[in-house]
Amino acid sequence: MNTLNEKPNYNDDIVKLFTIATIFWGIVGFTVGLFIALQLAFPVLNFGEYLTFGRLRPLHTSAVVFAFGGNALFATSYFAVQRTCRTRLWSDGWSSFTFWGYQLFIVLAAIGYVTGITQAKEYAEPEWYADLWLTFVWVAYLVVFMMTLKNRKEPHIYVANWFFLGFIVTVAVLHLVQNISVPVSIFGTKSYPLWGGVQSAMIQWWYAHNAVGFFLTAGFLGIMYYFVPKRAGRPVYSYRLSILHFWSLIFMYIWAGPHHLHYTALPDWAQTLGMTFSIMVWMPSWGGMINGMMTLSGAWHKLREDPVLKFMIISLSFYGMSTFEGPLMSIKEVNALSHYTDWTIGHVHSGALGWVAFITFGAVYHLVPVLWKRSGLYSLKLVNTHLWIATIGIVLYIAAMWVTGIMEGLMWRSYDELGFLRWSFVETVQAKHIPYLIRAFGGLLFLAGALIMVYNVVRTIRGDSAGEAVQDMVHDPNRNDAQNNSRSTGEAVHV
Amino acid sequence: MSKIDKDEHSGVETTGHEWDGIKELNNPAPRWWLGVFVITVIWSIGYWVVYPAWPTLSGDGERGGTTGNTGWTQYSQLAESQAEIMARRAAYLDRFDAATFEAIQADNGLYAFALAGGASAFKDNCATCHGTGGAGASGYPNLNDDDWLWGGTVDAIEETIKFGIRANHDETRFSEMPAFADIFAEDEISDIADYVLSFSTNTIYPTRGKTLYDEQCSLCHAEDGTGDRFQGAPNLSDAIWFYGGKKGEIEAQIRRPKHGVMPNWNVRLSDSTIRQLAIYVHSLGGGETE
Repeated sequence: MNTLNEKPNYNDDIVKLFTIATIFWGIVGFTVGLFIALQLAFPVLNFGEYLTFGRLRPLHTSAVVFAFGGNALFATSYFAVQRTCRTRLWSDGWSSFTFWGYQLFIVLAAIGYVTGITQAKEYAEPEWYADLWLTFVWVAYLVVFMMTLKNRKEPHIYVANWFFLGFIVTVAVLHLVQNISVPVSIFGTKSYPLWGGVQSAMIQWWYAHNAVGFFLTAGFLGIMYYFVPKRAGRPVYSYRLSILHFWSLIFMYIWAGPHHLHYTALPDWAQTLGMTFSIMVWMPSWGGMINGMMTLSGAWHKLREDPVLKFMIISLSFYGMSTFEGPLMSIKEVNALSHYTDWTIGHVHSGALGWVAFITFGAVYHLVPVLWKRSGLYSLKLVNTHLWIATIGIVLYIAAMWVTGIMEGLMWRSYDELGFLRWSFVETVQAKHIPYLIRAFGGLLFLAGALIMVYNVVRTIRGDSAGEAVQDMVHDPNRNDAQNNSRSTGEAVHV
Repeated sequence: MSKIDKDEHSGVETTGHEWDGIKELNNPAPRWWLGVFVITVIWSIGYWVVYPAWPTLSGDGERGGTTGNTGWTQYSQLAESQAEIMARRAAYLDRFDAATFEAIQADNGLYAFALAGGASAFKDNCATCHGTGGAGASGYPNLNDDDWLWGGTVDAIEETIKFGIRANHDETRFSEMPAFADIFAEDEISDIADYVLSFSTNTIYPTRGKTLYDEQCSLCHAEDGTGDRFQGAPNLSDAIWFYGGKKGEIEAQIRRPKHGVMPNWNVRLSDSTIRQLAIYVHSLGGGETE
């Protein structure tokens, strides 16, 4: 291709801002997570009304999912869409609006959480005024992304962009339907939802499940489809697989929500339907893992030297594990044991820490030297340290939650031979104390790893190098952008 | 556009497109992947036949959905598992309901049944206030000792559980000590508190304290401070205190007494469970016979 000599004038300033926001909110989200984990182990840590578990928990989930994950999606989608369309991001002004608008939404939401302003819907706690604002921002995001696609100089739309677009469109629909409500007054924070009773519950879990499906799965698969082949320097394994699993994932996932409402007032037929679609979405989910992992064939040796690639591959492993665990937990009989227990918390974190955060860390490590035009990361050894500390943290976390989840599930349903409940609720809480300490320790390790990343990123931006034998080599000012992006670790740079 | 481009490593053709250096191989989707996907679809269709699965256009059927060929619903499953538990209890329940306390105590099986049922209900309903071991806390009576406000026989305990204390029920147990802050001067309250303390300690009390106590307090708490269970007036002569035994705490209780509330459990628990609870609490250490 003769385009190698062109240097499109990409808007990387906006990507830099979103990358910094990703790291910042990540640290906030992990720190609050560690604190509420400690609150569960030591209830005495609930200080005053503003810092109780009940208010900090949505702060943690939103900070991690929407602030950390959301900014990561903005950063990577804006970065990848420009390069795979070979055109500058549409409208500097509107893309800038999406950044500041989105940060304002996060702050509005966070203030609501600690001051007790909430519509009490999980993962959709912000009240009407914040929802309305997010709607504006999200439509701007959609327009910026679509206009950039429209301006593309490539004949075809790359697979990563299908996933990004699917995520942006579906999240808009989910957000609107879930949050339809009538404010009590134009100057008040309170509103009442349009939906009531079991319909409200159904909409809630249709929304929340697809927040996982489209925000944390489809969106992050977009990240995977750009950064894994880029980092590995290998072609995507199968174009046909990517088409098949994209459409089957989009079609199947949207039906799976009712598995959150097994054995409730929701009619049996809706429960069954949700459960069977959850089973059927297993292979569509795994399509992404297969395509990502198989992309490495021919580049396995790079895993030895490149801890950034390791982050991506471990994230795909956790993705595969949690997208198997999810369908398993959706089966009625399994759900009868697992529902309302810590097993669910463990499942969510194998997805959030293992998949979402790890693929994000991989992308951030790849992005920073490119964006700031440095020759490479400050230290690959520190990336490796981060990788192992965080991996051990995740394993401790998940294992502790499996133990407490299955234990409390079994304790809750245990009757003695005379027909009486064997355990009271408080006894199950007491039994979880030690695993709760292990979980908090796992969280501490994960946070420590992320802080190492912050140090490494800051030193990289400052242009430092640790002078290690194996160095990261991403950006060479003498090469053009496309050459610099197909980078190789530990190999000589051919100028 | 579609020039033939082969990947050197695998020998597989690419799709001929390239984005920012990324190509795509034209590998087929793995057969096992397609196979497992088809199996999950077939399994789901089978599941839809067996269980309620799709809404009906007419709105008939199992809450607006197809019924499934086994007739299974979550309610039938619930009834089935509840029946299994009730069958275990049934081995004792009818005999337990018909028996007197003496007969239950004499029958090892029945007594063990009562204690097991009581312990289970206690931990889920009573432990929040009285503690998992029944040791209580300030304002929440200790159920392990033999100091009873309203009586410690099985029948008395049963009545307390059933109708509660100062609860929303016509037969609830009720007592109310007046607030003496408006009746006594501060130094008089101090003297009365000294006198009350002297019942359980060997301290010297001021004679004015005794005079005031005999005039104003003895009607309910008795001249020797042993209280009156009929009125729910606490015994002041043992060293067991409901709201604390320091002089300041006693003075506070004379000035403006606190009055706790215990719910009437007859609206939440069956008669049988309440009786099991009474027998369990009775067994904790302070149970009395008539």
